Order: sequence, then C-alpha cells, then structure tokens
Amino acid sequence: MTLLQPRHRSALIFIACLAVFTIAVTIAAHFGLVSTSFVKTLGKTLCLCLAALAMDLIWGYAGILSLGHMAFFALGGYMIGMWLMYARTEEIVVASLLNGGLPATPEEISQGIATQIFGVVGASDLPAIWSFAYSLPLQLALVVAVPGLLALVFGWLAFRSRVTGVYLSILTQAMTLALALYLFQNDSGLRGNNGLSGLQNLPGVTASQDAVSLWFFWASAAALAVAYLTLHAIVSGKFGSVIRAIRDDEARVRFLGYSVEGYKLFVFTLTAVICALAGALYYPQAGIINPAELAPIASIYLAVWVAIGGRGRLYGAVIGAAIVSLLSSWFTGGRVPSIPLGFATINWVDWWLVLLGLTFVCVTLFAPKGIGGLFDRFAGVLTPDRKGAPLGPDDGSLMEQEAQK
Amino acid sequence: MTALLEVSGVTVSFDGFRAINNLTFAIQAAELRAIIGPNGAGKSTFMDIVTGKTRPDSGSVTFGEKSLSLLKLSEAKIARAGIGRKFQRPTVFEDQTVHENLTLALKAARSPWAVLAWRKTAQDEDRIQALAAQVGLGDSLDRKAGILSHGQKQWLEIAMLLAQEPRLLLVDEPAAGMTLAEREKTTELLVDIARTRAVVVVEHDMEFVRRLNCKVTVLHEGAVLAEGSLDHVTKNQAVIDVYLGRG
Repeated sequence: MTLLQPRHRSALIFIACLAVFTIAVTIAAHFGLVSTSFVKTLGKTLCLCLAALAMDLIWGYAGILSLGHMAFFALGGYMIGMWLMYARTEEIVVASLLNGGLPATPEEISQGIATQIFGVVGASDLPAIWSFAYSLPLQLALVVAVPGLLALVFGWLAFRSRVTGVYLSILTQAMTLALALYLFQNDSGLRGNNGLSGLQNLPGVTASQDAVSLWFFWASAAALAVAYLTLHAIVSGKFGSVIRAIRDDEARVRFLGYSVEGYKLFVFTLTAVICALAGALYYPQAGIINPAELAPIASIYLAVWVAIGGRGRLYGAVIGAAIVSLLSSWFTGGRVPSIPLGFATINWVDWWLVLLGLTFVCVTLFAPKGIGGLFDRFAGVLTPDRKGAPLGPDDGSLMEQEAQK
Repeated sequence: MTALLEVSGVTVSFDGFRAINNLTFAIQAAELRAIIGPNGAGKSTFMDIVTGKTRPDSGSVTFGEKSLSLLKLSEAKIARAGIGRKFQRPTVFEDQTVHENLTLALKAARSPWAVLAWRKTAQDEDRIQALAAQVGLGDSLDRKAGILSHGQKQWLEIAMLLAQEPRLLLVDEPAAGMTLAEREKTTELLVDIARTRAVVVVEHDMEFVRRLNCKVTVLHEGAVLAEGSLDHVTKNQAVIDVYLGRG
C-alpha cells in the first residue's frame, strides 16, 4: 500500500480529522447544539483554510511571498455572487410582474432585474460584464477563468522581468489595492462599495438556512479535502521538489534546465484558482461581498495565518488559518469580556489586532516552525544545526529553524 | 571534425572594463580541457557567457552539430541543450535528500506539466543508485544534502551533472576545499567523464591541473594567452610573466 508510506501519513491523519470534524458538526447541528450562524462560521473557516493551503503552496513551497491572493479569493466570490444575485432577483421580478396579470415579456424581466440590482448606484442597465450572469455554468466557468487569467497575465509580467522577494510582495499588494479601488467605483459594474448582497439566498431553493448552511459546510469540507489530497500529491512528488528547489536557490534550478519563470507562473495561477474556488464557496455563506474584501490587509492576514501555522507544511497552513480566524471572530465578536486595568480597559475588539501582531512577531522570532513545529516536537524531528545558515541563498529560502533534519 | 562548442570573437564589458576581449575558444565532443589564469582573467565570465547568465556585447557562441547559437537562449534552454555547470561552491538543494537532488537532475522533460505527470521508473531508480554509488554516496541517498560534508556536496553536484547527461560540462574549481584523497578521486572522475563528453575545468591549483593531464588554455585579460599541454604553456614566456612569475 503506497498510501501507508510514512510520507503520506500526515495527509491520512488530516483527512481523518476533517471527516470526524465534519460528522461531529453535522450531528451537533442536527440536534440543535450549534447555531446556524456558527455552522456558517465553521464553513467559512474551512474556505479560509483552503485559501491558506494555496498560500502555503506559493509561499511555503515555492518561496514567493504573494500578498495579493485574497484578491483572487474575492474575485471568485464576485463571480458566483453575480449569478446568485441575478437569479434571485429574476425570481422576485417574475413573481411581482405576475401580479400585474399579464405574463411579463423578456424585456420587462431584464429591465426589472437591472433596476432592482443597479438602482442602488443610480443605474438601470445591466453592464456588459453581467452578460453571463443568467447562466450558472457560464458564471462558474468565470469563477475559474477571471482570477486565473488575471493571475496568468500579472504573473507573466512580474516573473518574466524576474521580480522577486519583497518587490514582488509589494507588486501583489499594489495589484489587490488597485483592484479594490476600481471596484469601489459605482461604474465598475459591480455595485461599487455596496458590493453584492443577499448571496445566502439560493435561487430556486426553498430549504431553510439551517439546511443550506450545512450544505455549504459539507461542500467546503469536501473542497478542502480534495484540495489537500491534490496538493499533497503535488508537493510530495517531483513537482514539489522542483518548487522547493526554486524557493531555496532558483539560479541553480535554471542551470538544471527548468524554466523557473514557467514554474512560478504555474504555481501562481494554480494557487489563484484555488483561492477563487475557496472564495466562491465562502461568499454564499457570508451573504455579502464588497470591495473591502480586497483590501491589502486581507492578503497579509493570509500570510500571517500560514506563518503562525508553519509554512512549508500543508497541515500547518490549515491549522494556522483555522485557529487564527476562529479566534479572530471570537475576539472581534464582542463577547469576550474586557479586562479592566484601572487606568485603562483592554477591549478585545480593539486589542485583538495587537495580540495577533505580537503573536506573529513572537512566532517569527522564537518559533519559525509555527504551530506545525509542535508536531515535529512530538515526533522527535529535530532542526539541523547549521550555525544559523539558511538552506539556500534566495530571499524566500527555508531558514535553519524552519527545516527538518 | 567540427568542435562541440565554438566561441569566437566574444567581447564583454562591464562598465567599460573589458572582462572578455575578443575571446576565441573551441572544444571537441570528447575532450578534457583545463582553463587557468590569474584572478580577473575572465574565467568565470567565460562560463557565464556559455551558460547564458551573461550576454556578450559581440561575437558568437555556437553549440553542437547544428551550430545552435546560445546567445539568444535562456539559461534553462541552454541547460536543456546539453550544457551542465558546476559552481565553485557546492550548490545542492540542502533541504532535500540526496535522492531528491538526483531525481531533480535526472534527464527528463522539464516542463511543469511533464514534471507533474512524471513517475519514477525502475530504470530511473537504477540510474540514481548507480550515480550515487559512482560518487560514493550510495549509503546516503535518504540523507538531506545539507548535512553532507563539503567534499560530499561537491560529488553530489558532479553526480547531478552526470544525471543531466550533458554533452558539455563546465566545472569551476572542483577541487577547492577538498582533502588530498578527495582530490584524487575527483581527478579520476573527471578524466573518466571526459571519455564520453566534453569537460572544461577552471582551476587555480597547478598540481590538480597536472594530474588531469590534458590540454590547457591560459586566459589573461579576457583573451587566450597560450594553449597546449601544461608543460608547453608553462615554458611560454608570456605565461610565466603574467601568471607563474607572480609565484
């Protein structure tokens, strides 16, 4: 059994844990032990874990610190949101026109939809980018195609010019910021800062939100499982070996005959598509998407999750994303009691970010393996003694304390 | 018989400094050649040009029977065309095992899709085992390259070069930092490799060059100063003046 080889053990354990977790939540939801909103929170968390997996592939394995991947996540959400909003509005418009007695003409329906959706930004025509919004299959194709193409073009331009390290990070930040600013405009065709809303209502579905939230929870868990197994297969094979080599010493990889730029572009685009799929599952659970989701800080969070979980190991990214994002929603939910210190009060809604920042700094300084390092400790895996030397000359290369002996 | 690699009339300047000045050089398909010369003679720049890292201002570099021009190709394409390079400092992938390092270098399609679809065959495994055994790393296949000794890393890199099955090997100071026994073994290896392919060794150490027992090219100020057997070039007055005379 090749699956039982030690190098596949972590993937098997992960899938088992995910399955147990999914079943437990399903049972708890069935008996009303967890609220619908909490099921949604858990489902959304799984989507964030999926995005973190992608981040780990590009940063942890390929050494490219992209700080723009949440842009692809949000774009995926926008693409599915367009269909959800269109189809849902269509239902409402058709129903209300039926009250008028006569059957509505297609023109009346499309006019009604446009007024309903775009009245809020003072327009009454559907922009051209909504041309495919009537069709679920087409819009699903766009979930992959739009972020994928953006990543392909952006990556091609950036990698071809051999932009690396911190410059590439800045470039990706600029990309997500520019995209956010563009979407904030009312005439961007995606309702400006209002964004798309009502995404939790699935068109043609009469089931309650209790049921729908569970469906999305299952879909998110399944997507995470499939992505985990796929990425595990990729990184444990020769491809993983090539991208880790690029992370540590890309010049050497070139002299072996591998097109470093081609590999970077491949990984950049693949991870962008994974993020987009995660976003397409996330936003129907969140119910609303607006350009603030593309803020540069969102992508930085993604990197922080992976760093805290431990980069360069897939389960580390998932654990980091799950723990930090759940803690984040707990602290910012306003239900954590404040700590009065006499001269000042620690209000966690405000102070959570400080705590997160401190944690990030401490992890980077004192435990570069992150939470994943705990597993190494249990398994007795040591770090090599390299007198502080990193494992390669490149910016993104693995540091001594991150490596396994 | 035409040469495997032909460099002719190549000139490179860095900020006005002529690192390579109208250099002409040729090597046959199965030949061992040593390049010597004082610091700054252009030895490394020569390698950079052949491997595509540096673009010359003028001149031509052609490779193989079809006289493929290397000047427009990327580093990766030049490597795929059959030119392997070994750096002065051992550069192996330290976070990966010896086995993984060799697998990376093994001759196979290099595109991302091909690598995704790549599956190790029994032949590949045999080849990896044989290469590792050839450089004395047969017992270390599952060890990370980062914990190997300096000499072992040099050999791993040579084994990686062999795994690429290049037609031309450029080797920069292979004996640097090696013990006497390691040097002897390296000499044997290089002489053996040169039976089937072209090997260019850049070296400072005269003793090592003497052991290679091959044709020597002396570079000085970016041009060929002398060429011939080691004894022949060491008797050349110009060579003695610029190189050996300095002791």
